[in-house]
Amino acid sequence: MSSRDDILARIRAAQPAPTALPEVPAFDSADERSLAERFRAGVTRMGGKVIGAGSADLDELVRELHKGARVVASATPEVEGNRVLSAATDPASLADVDVGVVRARFGVAETGSVWLTDADFQVSALGFLSQHLVVLLDPAAIVADMHDAYRRRGEFDAAYGVFMTGPSATADIEGVLIHGAQGIRSMTVVFREQALGDRR
Amino acid sequence: MTRRIDHSEAASRFIKAKDHAEFHDRRLWDLRGKRDRESAALPEWEELRTLASGIKDHALTHLAEYLEEFERNAIANGATVHWARDAAEHNQVVHGILAARGAKVLVKSKSMLTDECDMRPYLEARGIEVMETDLGERIQQLDGEPPSHIVVPAVHKLRGDVARVFSEKIGTDPAKSDVHYLAESQRGHTRPYFLEADAGMTGANFAIAETGTIVVCTNEGNADLSVHLPKLYIASVGIEKVIPKVEHLGVFVRMLSRSALGSPITQLTSHFRRPRPGQEMHIVLVDNGRMERLGMADFWYSLKCIRCGACMNTCPVYRRSGGLSYGATYSGPIGVIIDPTFNLRKFSSLPFASTLNGSCTNVCPVRINIHEQIYKWRQVIAGRSQLPIVKQEAMRAAGKVLASPKLYRAATEAATTSLSVMPRAVAYNPLNAWGRQRELPGAPKYTFRQWYLKNRAKSSSRTPPRGDGPGSKSK
Repeated sequence: MSSRDDILARIRAAQPAPTALPEVPAFDSADERSLAERFRAGVTRMGGKVIGAGSADLDELVRELHKGARVVASATPEVEGNRVLSAATDPASLADVDVGVVRARFGVAETGSVWLTDADFQVSALGFLSQHLVVLLDPAAIVADMHDAYRRRGEFDAAYGVFMTGPSATADIEGVLIHGAQGIRSMTVVFREQALGDRR
Repeated sequence: MTRRIDHSEAASRFIKAKDHAEFHDRRLWDLRGKRDRESAALPEWEELRTLASGIKDHALTHLAEYLEEFERNAIANGATVHWARDAAEHNQVVHGILAARGAKVLVKSKSMLTDECDMRPYLEARGIEVMETDLGERIQQLDGEPPSHIVVPAVHKLRGDVARVFSEKIGTDPAKSDVHYLAESQRGHTRPYFLEADAGMTGANFAIAETGTIVVCTNEGNADLSVHLPKLYIASVGIEKVIPKVEHLGVFVRMLSRSALGSPITQLTSHFRRPRPGQEMHIVLVDNGRMERLGMADFWYSLKCIRCGACMNTCPVYRRSGGLSYGATYSGPIGVIIDPTFNLRKFSSLPFASTLNGSCTNVCPVRINIHEQIYKWRQVIAGRSQLPIVKQEAMRAAGKVLASPKLYRAATEAATTSLSVMPRAVAYNPLNAWGRQRELPGAPKYTFRQWYLKNRAKSSSRTPPRGDGPGSKSK
């Protein structure tokens, strides 16, 4: 018998009496702040920051945020940057990127997370090899909590998707919190409405 | 025959390093406090626990169907699915995948399952360099030790220990123990591996049946780097990790990091569904004793565990004895109920490393009745004469005393007198195990029986005066 069939047969023999699958209800938050305010608090708590962009030129804004940056690679047409990305880009070639720029599909107020997929990054490594990440988010595209996030079922058909919440971090030595563990050292979420023409 | 792990002997060595032991206790208690603040902030916390427990119960009682559904979807996603009965088969499968592609360097994120399978030495003996990329796990790898905690693998070490290990193994300045310097050194040391590795590997926090997705919850970014750079990605998954639907993640993700570290979510919750163009994705589904556990009426609930470590952080025995003292991949309360299923004789002392205070059960996000299972394991072990000799003798003596009212009275009266009259040095000397690491309670002025005889024996209706009962502190 193959290992597969053997394991499945032994599971069937061992399985306890079946129990029902509970329904997951919606939970209303008592928090009276707006979703955008809660989102901002969540990001800040997890070591990131949120800024409003108004109608500022985004390339200028990115340069202003990261003055010393030499390589800016943007996965969104809203920012030009100086490194061209395409789905064919070798991921390892992004090792020298100082600032990655990407537009998130939506945010989660409860945790301050942004949802990003392989299509958004063009090259998923951009979100991890870049030293810093700038994430554009439409403040109208924020859901209340993780239940609402996971009910957007179509999002999870992506080949890869990640809820990113602040920069990479570790507290593995004496509990001392370090931002910039192995991935990005900083995350800035820029509130900017998504222009109709830029919608995918 | 396998050597029996002597937990209390190992724990006594841990306690001797006073600075380490005190820091360890404080750090884990701090995590427990943070967990309390997070859970208290969610009015639906208890309901979430019930849901999580119910979803896991359902998934485990329909496990074969969900695994088949997961496999079907994973294959449709373009992944190759392998099945492994035990650790040896897991290691052979992984090595087979790597060897067939000539892979020489493997970068991996933390996975308790690969530790459970002892995969690293197996691959290393076959010429494959394995790079642990989680900071804590890397520290442990470089120091030749297993992880001492399932979430924070090097929590038993202080910065000076890390500075020593790093200076010996990756060439940092031995005089510098600044935590930022140490973490930055590891980042710099690890990065070229991500760029050049032939293969990447992760474990799995959850496997979603309806989509065939592997979900990995991390903070450092190392799991995503391990997947997004190499051309080959292998995920090792314990078969109990499968849950039915995407929407169920809401319940688990909301509780996992809140329980583990007291943060609302891990910095990264990654969903790997399909390989990128030009990449191969392999999923190894591993049994390794899980099915035996599923068939054990009293113990199958332990398979609901989502590996948050909350039970370890709250456990007074774990905090004061350190994870390595358990001599097993899984330590603390959850380890105590899992480990004996791997090897009853070897791990027969572990269920006694508990006060049965029930705190582990109270903090468990999936409502595993951990302390009850610990108690049941004690019964199994005592029934099979796997009790350590000292415990057998103590139990025999206790049995005699408890069975005889006269002996019991004599013993308690003697203890009451001696506790109040004996000088501190006698109670807190190295020979008295109960005086170590804890303050003994103030001795009552008389035993319950003495109090009863004085106050109640004649007129049973009389209310005892306040502060005059047994154990009262009034002086």
